[in-house]
Amino acid sequence: MSVVSESKKDSASSTAPTGAAKTRPGALAESGSPLVRPPAAAHLTDEQVAELGRELDAIRDEILAKRGASDAAYIRRMIKIQRGLEISGRAALLVSKNKAAWVTGTTLLSFAKILENMELGHNILHGQWDWMRDPDIHSTTWEWDFVTPSRAWQHTHNDLHHRWTNVVGKDNDVGYNLLRMDESQPWQPHNLGNPLYNAILSPLFEWGIAIYDLELAEYQAGKKSKEALVKDLKALGRKVVTQFTKDYAATPAVAMLTGSGKQALYGTLTANAVRNVWAHAVIFCGHFPEGTDTFTEEMVEGETRGDWYVRQMIGSANISGSKFMHLMTGNLSHQIEHHLFPDLPSNRYAEVAPRVREICQRYGLKYTTGPLLKQVGSSWAKVFKLALPGKAARA
Amino acid sequence: MIRLRQLAQAASVLTTPLAPEDILALFNPVFSARQLRGVVTRVVQETAQSATIFFRPGRGWHSHLAGQWARIGVELDGVRHWRSYSLSAPAGKDPAITVTDVGAVSGTLVRTTKPGDVLFLAPPQGDFVLPEHPRPLLMVTAGSGITPVMSMIRTLVPRRPDADVVLVHSARTPGDSLFREELAELADQFPNFRLAHWYTGEQGRMDLTNTAELDEICPDWKERAAYACGPDSFLDDAEALWKQASLTAGAPGTDVALAGDPGNLMIERFNTTFAGGVGHDGGLVTFEASDREVDADGDTPLLDVGEDAGVLMPSGCRMGICHSCLTPLLAGQVRDLRTNEIHGEPGQLIQTCVSAAAGPVNLEL
Repeated sequence: MSVVSESKKDSASSTAPTGAAKTRPGALAESGSPLVRPPAAAHLTDEQVAELGRELDAIRDEILAKRGASDAAYIRRMIKIQRGLEISGRAALLVSKNKAAWVTGTTLLSFAKILENMELGHNILHGQWDWMRDPDIHSTTWEWDFVTPSRAWQHTHNDLHHRWTNVVGKDNDVGYNLLRMDESQPWQPHNLGNPLYNAILSPLFEWGIAIYDLELAEYQAGKKSKEALVKDLKALGRKVVTQFTKDYAATPAVAMLTGSGKQALYGTLTANAVRNVWAHAVIFCGHFPEGTDTFTEEMVEGETRGDWYVRQMIGSANISGSKFMHLMTGNLSHQIEHHLFPDLPSNRYAEVAPRVREICQRYGLKYTTGPLLKQVGSSWAKVFKLALPGKAARA
Repeated sequence: MIRLRQLAQAASVLTTPLAPEDILALFNPVFSARQLRGVVTRVVQETAQSATIFFRPGRGWHSHLAGQWARIGVELDGVRHWRSYSLSAPAGKDPAITVTDVGAVSGTLVRTTKPGDVLFLAPPQGDFVLPEHPRPLLMVTAGSGITPVMSMIRTLVPRRPDADVVLVHSARTPGDSLFREELAELADQFPNFRLAHWYTGEQGRMDLTNTAELDEICPDWKERAAYACGPDSFLDDAEALWKQASLTAGAPGTDVALAGDPGNLMIERFNTTFAGGVGHDGGLVTFEASDREVDADGDTPLLDVGEDAGVLMPSGCRMGICHSCLTPLLAGQVRDLRTNEIHGEPGQLIQTCVSAAAGPVNLEL
């Protein structure tokens, strides 16, 4: 065993109590304020922001202390329900020559796919259930029913989007390199196609995300190696083959035994499209509706934990609605709470929401929320407005 | 068996990205694509503090040798905890563990386990097993240390008329003494098995610092292959005694001896042999796969420690939210820099970006 003696100087500097010497990229400052505080939070002092941070930390600690057997039972119940829907949906599609069976099968499979992606996949891949230490429900082992491989998505989503939420130039989720979604993104003629691109993206959302996760722009800019890209392409290729085979070859092939092959194919195609349209709508409600802010790189330079919390709150938007709606969005309808506490179990967001809202009110910060149709309309409005050059009207 | 695997492979085309077992688990909890499980079939109360739990393991388990142990995963308030327990059932029979309530995990197992419960399992392992060739044996056990030895006695005594086994078992009181009735019956029935109880409640602790008491109970103890299992201090004394005896007697047997260990004595400890302290002072961090060791303070995230040492560390947000840096902990404990909570069990995945060493730490990377 070789022994590497550590440089004492480095270890001393990296543990300086005031955080002054924290040089690694991405680490939060211990105190102080960002170069520029976002306009919506400009009225807050450093001390107020620090206090807000402590209040939110306390909420997080409280949930962590409560988290236990009932939460574990919740996610296991969801997994059972999802798998039940999945096999019954697929079973019905096997005899989908019968119209009622087709409608039943397609509906069940659509619900199964939505649950699988949102309440299970998205949240498990965030590590929300890692605390159970169950390798069957773990962010490092879970693979989802979505063409982009889990690992690729975890990088662009967990590491980049959640760390740099809405920072133009750092968080590529602001338009997914496809749409102009912020006025600070310079207008180019192809942006005229914004609404068209978005309309095409919606039913093909999983493919859009799969391409996005390859980080082709990073590769072109020389920030991603060819080896890394080839590795990602291979992983995606394997996933595409298995996903395609399951939905568009194996399921119809078995259904052919009852003469339902074609109907089963239409069923799986429809279920995937329904899931894509729904996921696209929910995701677009997260950060694009009127009222959500975007940020510049100066606003994150020197950011403390409190400022990071502030940015998550004023950069995200919730969807109001029924319990069922919350479940179908994978609790991403609690986008603000999710962005504050991305690794708390999703079943706890509803519980912390009123307290987060109260904190926003007390500190004079906005808490953007609205019913699904209003939020979808609002984000589509932005897609249209920003297709044209110039500044979008701000409320 | 091969046909079953082919069938599973064919079915996985329809279940991907799940495995067929994931769907079958809806109907039978023993099925899992990823982890071995067992279903509890019977629970027998042994003493006020202990119980024997019989279970039917799923595919992936192999039958145990007498004296081996298995890792058992139990859920406490939704969180999986792993502990190692000796198998008390004889070799060739359905596995069972005998658990004594000494902590949160064992307490839960003893008090709440019922038939039908699912246990998470790892296949049996361990070198504390019977010698390959028959020879006179001496078992020295204390408390729940009798568990692996019970498996050996159950395997050997009724089946081998040529066996010659002496058991010296120390317990606090007769009521606390595990397997007392069964051992008495065996001793009655088989002349080749001799049993000596030592009750610390009446006689005080068995003195293993000198040979007097052992000489009295089992005069030919030096000629026997010996097995000892019990608390650390008990085993330390036994080890010292045998070492001393082998020095004076001139190292008799070598076939059962561990390298550098005292002659005829074989020892099974309950505690993990990894060094792992608890404290706010940091400690030596060992990256096993990378073969690096670094002295870390108690405030630097293990992620930084690893990177400074040139270890390829997975990393993500560096603030404890994205879980990209999860790394298996092999030994030791870490302090969560956010909560100051000290935690860590072998095999647990830790977030290196928000965890600092709390004493010596071994990471799998």
